[in-house]
Amino acid sequence: MVVDLPMSNVVRLEYRNVTMRFAKTGSEGVLTAVQGVSFSVRDGEVVSLIGPSGCGKSTLLNIGSGLTQPTEGAAFVDGERVEGANAHVAFMLQKDLLLPWRTVAENVMFGVEIQNLPLAERRRRAEALLENFKLAEFAGHYPHQLSGGMRQRVALARTLAVDPHVLLLDEPFSAVDAQTRMVLQRDLALTLKEAGKTALLITHDLAEAVTLSDRVLVMSRRPGAIIDEIAIDMPQRDNPIARRHDPKLGDYVARLMDRLDIGHNSLDQQPAGGAA
Amino acid sequence: MSNRAQSALIRKGAIASFVVLVVFLAAWQWGPGLLGVPSFIVPPLSMVGAEFLHAWQFDHLLLHTGVTVAEVMAGFILGSVLGAVVGYLLGMSPIAEFALSPYILALQIAPKVAFAPLFILWMGFTVYPKILVAILIVFFPVMVNVLTAVRGVDPDLVNLARAFKATRAQIFWKIEFPTSMPPMFAGLRIGSTLAVVGVVVGELVGGNQGLGYLLTFGEGQADTPLVFVSIVMLTVVGGIAYLAVILAERRVLHYLPARSLGGNL
Repeated sequence: MVVDLPMSNVVRLEYRNVTMRFAKTGSEGVLTAVQGVSFSVRDGEVVSLIGPSGCGKSTLLNIGSGLTQPTEGAAFVDGERVEGANAHVAFMLQKDLLLPWRTVAENVMFGVEIQNLPLAERRRRAEALLENFKLAEFAGHYPHQLSGGMRQRVALARTLAVDPHVLLLDEPFSAVDAQTRMVLQRDLALTLKEAGKTALLITHDLAEAVTLSDRVLVMSRRPGAIIDEIAIDMPQRDNPIARRHDPKLGDYVARLMDRLDIGHNSLDQQPAGGAA
Repeated sequence: MSNRAQSALIRKGAIASFVVLVVFLAAWQWGPGLLGVPSFIVPPLSMVGAEFLHAWQFDHLLLHTGVTVAEVMAGFILGSVLGAVVGYLLGMSPIAEFALSPYILALQIAPKVAFAPLFILWMGFTVYPKILVAILIVFFPVMVNVLTAVRGVDPDLVNLARAFKATRAQIFWKIEFPTSMPPMFAGLRIGSTLAVVGVVVGELVGGNQGLGYLLTFGEGQADTPLVFVSIVMLTVVGGIAYLAVILAERRVLHYLPARSLGGNL
């Protein structure tokens, strides 16, 4: 077991008063996806973001990775304002986004290849990551020959290969079956802890949010704003399976359900949320 | 399917296929005689075989075939390259596609072979009008498939590359170009057979070389066996062109599961 060291106070990722508006398609007016969101993630910290569908979670992730610019406010990585794609941030989605014409090893090297690292260094990183994720024997396979869980692990290896300071994870395991998901959660938690990576995790799975994170942020319905912040006071952030046995898990999940209005009649009267 | 079951299927299929061939050739040889069809309507197989040897010796069959093959290759290669380039450019520029799509559609609807007489008026009885018809006819299936493929690239994939700070050129060569390969090969397969059609129509309209010319020559002489020889040779040329595309496709798209490639052929 990894000893829990005191968390560094260096802020890796920060959102300052971020507001995002879109022009509504097909009608007049604007749609406010995110309203005045501010929070920060310290070095080595894992923070989860939960909230109803369409509350702008993925918008925040796109802003953090520099793919979209917010209408107001800004995101900062290592104190620098994010104004475009940033080599210190890497993201991973629900879709594995593996390239079918590349082998597993070549897919892992995709990011470092774009960043023009020397070939020997690319190979070294891919080999180390594949070894770490127990995929070494599949290095020469093509994605269609792998199971869904293995493909997500390759995607995670590709994300880590660029050695980012910050990982942005958008429901990375929601497309795999429940048992595979638990294994992947364990691999992710262990990797994040060992590498000391900072991560922002978007998820719909409340137990996943609690077992993987140091803190959970709860967002409201559109326009999305942060309505609660829950520090997870449980040991063993590197072992979500052990955390699942912790009696406190139920209390945290119940509190999150309450904050999200799950189980209240009011939910049924809400208009259906749009796509995130 | 297990390997053994599959190889049994292939063996049985090959035997059945061979039986069909034998029956067909036998029907060709003896069918006309049995049904009382005169040989100037359907010459039996042996007569066509004899005509093949005769044409080889006295009618420059090899030369005519060679001319047709060269025209097909030139038209197919130039038409494919042009179709692919235009497909990529339009795929990357929605404004250009929007502006040009009505004209492209009009040109696509127009029967390309109808341009053959026009091209012959422009360029005379040379190989160029035939190549031009082939270019025009090959262009569209390749262009449309490439355009659709570039348009259909997963935007998340492009975002992934952009997040790694990919340049526009890197996005093209590492994502868009490889993504377009399977649909492009589907277009090339269609193009390979259409190229033969384009060239033959050009040769039928005017000129004194090529298998299309040999067809009209045989028709003028009421030499039905020569017409049959020309048709067989054209089929062989088209078949080789198609096979060449399939072999190239298997090499390039080796990463796809076997079933999604062109089946038996």
